[in-house]
Amino acid sequence: MREIEYREAIREAVTEEMDRDREVFLIGEDIGVYQGAFKVYKGLLDKYGPGRVINTPISETAIIGAAIGAALTGYRPIAEIMFIDFAALAMDQIANQAAKIHFMSGGSIDVPLVIRTQGGVGKGLSAQHSQSLESWFYHIPGLKVAMPSTAYDAKGLLKTAVRDNGPVIFIEHKMIYPVKGPVPEKEYTIPFGKADIKRRGRDITILAYANMVLKSLEAAEEMEREGVDCEIIDPRTLVPLDIDAIIDSVKKTGRLLIVSEACRRGSVASDISARVTEKAFEYLKAPVKIVAGLNTPIAYNLALEQASIPQKADILEAVKSIIKK
Amino acid sequence: MTGKDFMSALSEKAKINMLKGLIEIRKFEEKSIELYKTGKIRGYLHPCIGQEAIPVGACRAIGRKDYIISNHRGHGHCIARGADIRKIMAELFGKSDGYCGGRGGSMHIADMDLGILGENGIVGGGIPISVGAGLSCKMDDKGNVVLCFFGDGAANNGVFHESLNMSAILKLPVIYICENNMYAISMCSTDSVACEDIGKRSCAYDIPGHIIDGSDPLKVYESVGIAVKHAREGKGPSLIEAKTYRFYGHHPNDPGQYRGKEEVGYYTSQKDPVTNFKRRLLEEKIITAEEIDKIEKRADEKIKDAVIFASESREPDLKKFLRENKQD
Repeated sequence: MREIEYREAIREAVTEEMDRDREVFLIGEDIGVYQGAFKVYKGLLDKYGPGRVINTPISETAIIGAAIGAALTGYRPIAEIMFIDFAALAMDQIANQAAKIHFMSGGSIDVPLVIRTQGGVGKGLSAQHSQSLESWFYHIPGLKVAMPSTAYDAKGLLKTAVRDNGPVIFIEHKMIYPVKGPVPEKEYTIPFGKADIKRRGRDITILAYANMVLKSLEAAEEMEREGVDCEIIDPRTLVPLDIDAIIDSVKKTGRLLIVSEACRRGSVASDISARVTEKAFEYLKAPVKIVAGLNTPIAYNLALEQASIPQKADILEAVKSIIKK
Repeated sequence: MTGKDFMSALSEKAKINMLKGLIEIRKFEEKSIELYKTGKIRGYLHPCIGQEAIPVGACRAIGRKDYIISNHRGHGHCIARGADIRKIMAELFGKSDGYCGGRGGSMHIADMDLGILGENGIVGGGIPISVGAGLSCKMDDKGNVVLCFFGDGAANNGVFHESLNMSAILKLPVIYICENNMYAISMCSTDSVACEDIGKRSCAYDIPGHIIDGSDPLKVYESVGIAVKHAREGKGPSLIEAKTYRFYGHHPNDPGQYRGKEEVGYYTSQKDPVTNFKRRLLEEKIITAEEIDKIEKRADEKIKDAVIFASESREPDLKKFLRENKQD
């Protein structure tokens, strides 16, 4: 199968959906001639023109508001928030408007809207361009949250997001954009709420998403040499969450490690840990363990930055400590 | 078309219909306050008594395919746009036949068939959404427009700037109607707005600005009509500041003691849109006192019917609600 970059896979999903459906359009900052901060929209302005690739001023609230208003009146916008950190500027429109309109209307009004954004630690971008804020959106009823870790997942999930009738927060990871992976040329979509087993194993379940899937895969290779067989499960969407697949895996291995780049306090990882403990406590041979980001803003300095988020060594150490029990 | 042409195009029948609208909104709000005080309506309620001329005049100036976006003080906008008062009342009662099936309440009435894209519980929350509705109208290219209603309080929120700027650069057909009722809960707009007139901010976006007496439905109709024409011609948004006054407190439990008696007395005696428009139509011999009486009686009956409808409506299905929200 051909291999393409994560960013190319996202671009393919966007162009396929725009070609399929005239109602799909793009709106965001620097998405025109600049082609997006991570060049995801390369060539799209030329192909679709400024009527469907709407370049906006730095007005996050108005971008999301514009997307909501268009979604209410017959369109299917893909709005871009350049860095997830900037979603803070648009939170009223995301949390109080987009997330609640369907419910508040008694279910009669749909808001078919995708908010594409990206998060995570990059290369020295410091505290306001490096956050993993998925728990904000995970916490708010009315939003779906997708966090793809591979080119294949990114394309299939984004196509599903565009066709979904509710608001979807589509969180990419900046470090994965140049990573290549197999993506079929034939059209496909990936349903929400269906986890993917990225590596089959029998000794321990590692639940990871976004860039932590990649780090966990590296760690699993190393553990294999030590005779420990790790299963890596990637939920792909945090809302809806495929809790059944996680439980099934835990029942098989009896051990669970959750790896997340986000600050641990109030995190998705903590919530999944609680849910697994409630539902499958009797299957656990060891306590659930979480390897997550420190409860700190991300520092600029390389060593401080990397110390703030899980590394392969942290995952290895955690796996070993669980296996020993 | 100039303002004068708009006015001469308005038939006597249209003016009588406007009076009907003013009376119906006033009576609906009075009844809702009464029901609130007896505990039939819970939560927050923000009546628009004193401000009725703005929704009535503005909604008269748009067509069936156009959109409106409302705010927390939005019953008047919905009624003027033709919303079913039985369904509004049922929603205030939290019942299954309400516009939102009891899930929204007073601040979240929406009716997509009438182009009512929603009231809003967040002050300023609807202003950015109007940008998107305007974008739709522009992309549809059918000449439709959006009326976006908000207050003086919302005009001080950052969304005002982002939205008007974006609408202006994209030349979107949105008419921003600032209902300056002088108070954001307790803060007077003379203290909260740096310039004298919010309408003057239009020059910052290089769009037409209108500053009008919002107690006169014909003035509102005229200005909105001019702005709608401008928008339909593809020339972009306008900002209208309609000066008005909230006759009562922010909600029924707010006695509004932060306002002077003299001030309240002036507006309620001199700037009551219902009283003034009645008098005007009588003076112009467009209507008789008996006819007004009939209109009032009909409005009373309609509202009585709405209250009966709301009272008899079923409670929302709790079991269904719990089933839909089962914890996994």
